[in-house]
Amino acid sequence: MNVHRTLVTAGRVLAQLRADHRTIGLMLVVPCVLIGLLAWIFQDTPVFDALGAPLLGVFPFVVMFIVTSVATLRERTSGTLERLLTTPMGKGDFMLGYAIAFGVMAVLQALVATAFAVWVCGLDVAGPLWQLVAVAVLDALLGSALGLLASGFARTEFQAVQFMPAFVLPQFLLCGLLVARDRLPDVLHPVSDVLPLSYAVDAMKAVTTSTAPGSDVLGDAVVILVWVVASLVLGSLTLRRRTP
Amino acid sequence: MMNNVIEVEGLTVERGGRTVLPDLSVVVPAGQVVGLLGPSGSGKSTLIRAVVGVQVVAGGTVRVLGEPAGSPDLRHRVGYVTQDPSVYDDLSVRANVRYFAAMLDAPRSSADDAIAAVDLTDHADALVGRLSGGQRSRVSLAAALVGDPELLVLDEPTVGLDPVLRRDLWGLFNRLAAQGRSLLVSSHVMDEAARCDRLLLLREGRVLADATLPDLLERTGTTDAEGAFLALIDRAEEAAR
Repeated sequence: MNVHRTLVTAGRVLAQLRADHRTIGLMLVVPCVLIGLLAWIFQDTPVFDALGAPLLGVFPFVVMFIVTSVATLRERTSGTLERLLTTPMGKGDFMLGYAIAFGVMAVLQALVATAFAVWVCGLDVAGPLWQLVAVAVLDALLGSALGLLASGFARTEFQAVQFMPAFVLPQFLLCGLLVARDRLPDVLHPVSDVLPLSYAVDAMKAVTTSTAPGSDVLGDAVVILVWVVASLVLGSLTLRRRTP
Repeated sequence: MMNNVIEVEGLTVERGGRTVLPDLSVVVPAGQVVGLLGPSGSGKSTLIRAVVGVQVVAGGTVRVLGEPAGSPDLRHRVGYVTQDPSVYDDLSVRANVRYFAAMLDAPRSSADDAIAAVDLTDHADALVGRLSGGQRSRVSLAAALVGDPELLVLDEPTVGLDPVLRRDLWGLFNRLAAQGRSLLVSSHVMDEAARCDRLLLLREGRVLADATLPDLLERTGTTDAEGAFLALIDRAEEAAR
């Protein structure tokens, strides 16, 4: 691990993103469009206030998962990863560089999406706004970290894209948005206790419903962070200097 | 000063259930341009991958600059250019080379020198994805040169280049060797043999010849590398009969 190489790698990934205006546009606009649609279909009902915040955590998670897994897969198929691994660069430098670059994007995305949800769509938030933003950033970071891990198991772009439904949709079904987690069937409840998106949604719910959600949010945030770190460590184990 | 930069002994590599290199032994002397020649599918790229330590090997040893291939210590000392240009299409030439300079702990200023060495100064700010195939492979070469490696391992660096550029690049390779660097350069273009100090002819994973070009021509009674290669194949097949 080397701080300079990690930061230069993060800068390089951001420079690549900056050259791709359409991807940046999609990353920032798509969550807003989805939240706007949600507010619109549930106008004049309390549903948006209940669902808006959790989905504010889910949309960036999904977007970042796809973008990150495809970006790192591209790095594998183009041969640049193999080349990088013949240089002194460490596997951790690579993973952390990507995580930092997409973390920066996550902050941007969370700020834009939260501002849009609260000030344009009128999302009611009982707790402090900065906590809503912080949880949204964590969720996006979680999406990036899982995307990095998933891309280690993908050989083609087709596979990488299909990991999205495989990794993400089961978590979405079990995260407590469709059926409250304590009312899930006996077998599924403990499963939802392990999956990280459950904590993302719990934290978002806490921020919107409680005026002092601090300790609840902190507990959830710790679980999400543990998942982020574990995914990055596991992901760096999928990087092989020698290949068949 | 060591005499050999690469020492391969009994190297066996299997890829996709097929033995690509069966028990290959070969050495590459220091301070020379050694051409690794042979038709496509002869195992050139696999040997090169084993030398830079990215190939899973089934047996044998590969020592590079006195260390086992792929050891951490070699990552500063060996430059590797893959057959397909492995650089970032969505970054400029300069951004690419600077990035690899940072990974190799080379000074930032060395990037412009490496770009000049491959004659791309006029395109330094162009996006790599907008360049021609030959230009992209030169960016890939610059990204290896920037670390000023003791040993350069190049997999078909002149594919798709026009004759003038090919001549210029071979001039660069010869200059690097004159400065004391060692180079292993693969090619399937036999006329590039004339630019190499020494030749390794590879066919079906076996070394057909390991000699200088004049030696090879004398031994086979031919006038060019292509003729020598064919003569050696004919002899090997007669001997097998």
